[in-house]
Amino acid sequence: MAIELLKPGLATTVQDAGRPGYYHLGIPLSGAMDQESYQLANWLVGNPDGAAVLECTLMAPELRFDADAVVAVTGAQTTPKLNGIEMARNTSFAAKAGDRLTFDFFKLGARLYIAVAGGIDVPLVLGSRSTYALGAFGGLQGRKLVAGDVLPVGQAKSTPVIGKTLPDTLRLRLSKEVQLRVLPGLYFHRLQKESVQSFFADTWRVAPEADRIGYRYKGGTALKFHDRAPPFGAGSDPSNIVDAGYPYGSIQVPAGREPIILHRDAVSGGGYAMLGTVISADMDLIAQMQPNHSARFVRVDMDEALAARAERRQRLALQRQALN
Amino acid sequence: MSLPPVSSKARYTFGGDEHVFVEISESMSLPAFFKGMAICSELKKRAVPGVTEICPANASYQVRFDPDVIAPEAMMRCLQDIELSVGDAQMDLQTRIVEVPVLYNDPWTYETLMRFRERHQDPTSTDLEYAARINHFKTVDEFIQAHSSSPWFVSMVGFVAGLPFLFQMVEQERQLEVPKYLSPRTDTPKLTLGHGGCFSCIYSVRGAGGYQMFGVTPAPIFDPTQNLPYLKDLMVFFKPGDIVKWKPIDRPEYDRIVKEVEAGTYQLPMRPVTFSLKAFLTNPDSYNQELLQVLHGN
Repeated sequence: MAIELLKPGLATTVQDAGRPGYYHLGIPLSGAMDQESYQLANWLVGNPDGAAVLECTLMAPELRFDADAVVAVTGAQTTPKLNGIEMARNTSFAAKAGDRLTFDFFKLGARLYIAVAGGIDVPLVLGSRSTYALGAFGGLQGRKLVAGDVLPVGQAKSTPVIGKTLPDTLRLRLSKEVQLRVLPGLYFHRLQKESVQSFFADTWRVAPEADRIGYRYKGGTALKFHDRAPPFGAGSDPSNIVDAGYPYGSIQVPAGREPIILHRDAVSGGGYAMLGTVISADMDLIAQMQPNHSARFVRVDMDEALAARAERRQRLALQRQALN
Repeated sequence: MSLPPVSSKARYTFGGDEHVFVEISESMSLPAFFKGMAICSELKKRAVPGVTEICPANASYQVRFDPDVIAPEAMMRCLQDIELSVGDAQMDLQTRIVEVPVLYNDPWTYETLMRFRERHQDPTSTDLEYAARINHFKTVDEFIQAHSSSPWFVSMVGFVAGLPFLFQMVEQERQLEVPKYLSPRTDTPKLTLGHGGCFSCIYSVRGAGGYQMFGVTPAPIFDPTQNLPYLKDLMVFFKPGDIVKWKPIDRPEYDRIVKEVEAGTYQLPMRPVTFSLKAFLTNPDSYNQELLQVLHGN
């Protein structure tokens, strides 16, 4: 079977669990930015881990199914409509051949995930179906989807259950105000004391330049770095370093002005000092932030980061159990 | 050869709960790069469970790991152990030397640099003229000669897919240094040979960039369609540790290579080589001559 894109939405791409192992060549992880919502969508339609889905940013696409399908949508808060009839989010439903799937505008959240039983069946590239637009490969022809695209869907391994739903207590909580926990490190020591304080005290808003590569934040006090004689090869600005690798989730502040958090299509390295890293448990939250939503950065230590990670793992285990 | 010493102790820091970042040295040097490479190779050899990415960089490296498999403290200790165990012997590198053809002073980067003149330090000259002047060369040709006569090390691959950063294999005082554009361009032709700080690079894809533009190579170095023989194994050509010799070419040769690339028959000249850091540091110029003999010999 196949899905036809009648309207493409703002930035709709094929994504899966990601493409690890090539970061040393500048090829980033890619994959769904909100991995929790991505996994939920797959579990709802009975797909195996790693199946590919559609990730839709800020504005949903309009789809038509060319054969009977079982579908689930998770992530951003918007009402799915099948031939104009409202369907439930976080719940699997059946679509018949010729049915059209449309959505309302996003009330909250920035990324919607649409899973279909059988998974989006584009070719594997370096072990993943994820789209990496900067490198122009993966997904459908290495790009975001356009009207008229036809996406092949794989054969479902088992008969998917219709009406499978995620218990309310296990659903995603979306908000316009988010706390992002940060483990200081990397080049944190280069930051002046008052900048350390203002960075964690200020409220930062998502700038329009927020995409799969990174999220830029504005509205906080500009940060100051300690003066120094530039090390050989580093560049003259105090925020420069000898070009180095950038961790996923790391926060760089070019010229001290606007923090950028790198996400799953990260540029793999560069010459800006990073002052810490958003912990793994909070990376999904970034994916659901719309421009102008606000964030506070909360300083944590490694024990707190690991506790948050364990909590997330436990929540995912409960979700998986509930949808099994 | 005067080289800044590599501090005996690298700086270890966590990048969140999934990365260890290790700064071998704050400043760029070949020994710092080599030490990072040696540690990364040894880590790869040890196949430590939980390690998902090993990324050598210029004077640092980072490792991504799964903290559910290996605890962050244990991961860091493992890297510190390897640092202690890495000896001189591991400063030898099995690698390859590659000859990359370059049309310096080409029409496409010229057109681009003219479009972005207001972002440049010296709007009245070209990038090459500016680079030649601030590095005290009388002519652009002399600068090109200095840029292309000694080999370069690929000290990092990244930023975007397949983009190599290259470090010139000469004494620090002879290294060509040029600042980046005052403000980055929004466009750079694909396969531009760029230079910023002490690093050259080849832009693997078209896009934004802040490095000075010196020329273009007709040889693709990143291609998801993997059309050329040397890209059949992997869509990315360069690896950290590769040695590159730039070969200045003229427009007819550029056009000839482009035709071969389009036909899918072009092959980059390359040879396997063992690089010894110690031998290099003892006498860089004569060691470089030996490397070039490997490249051009039978």
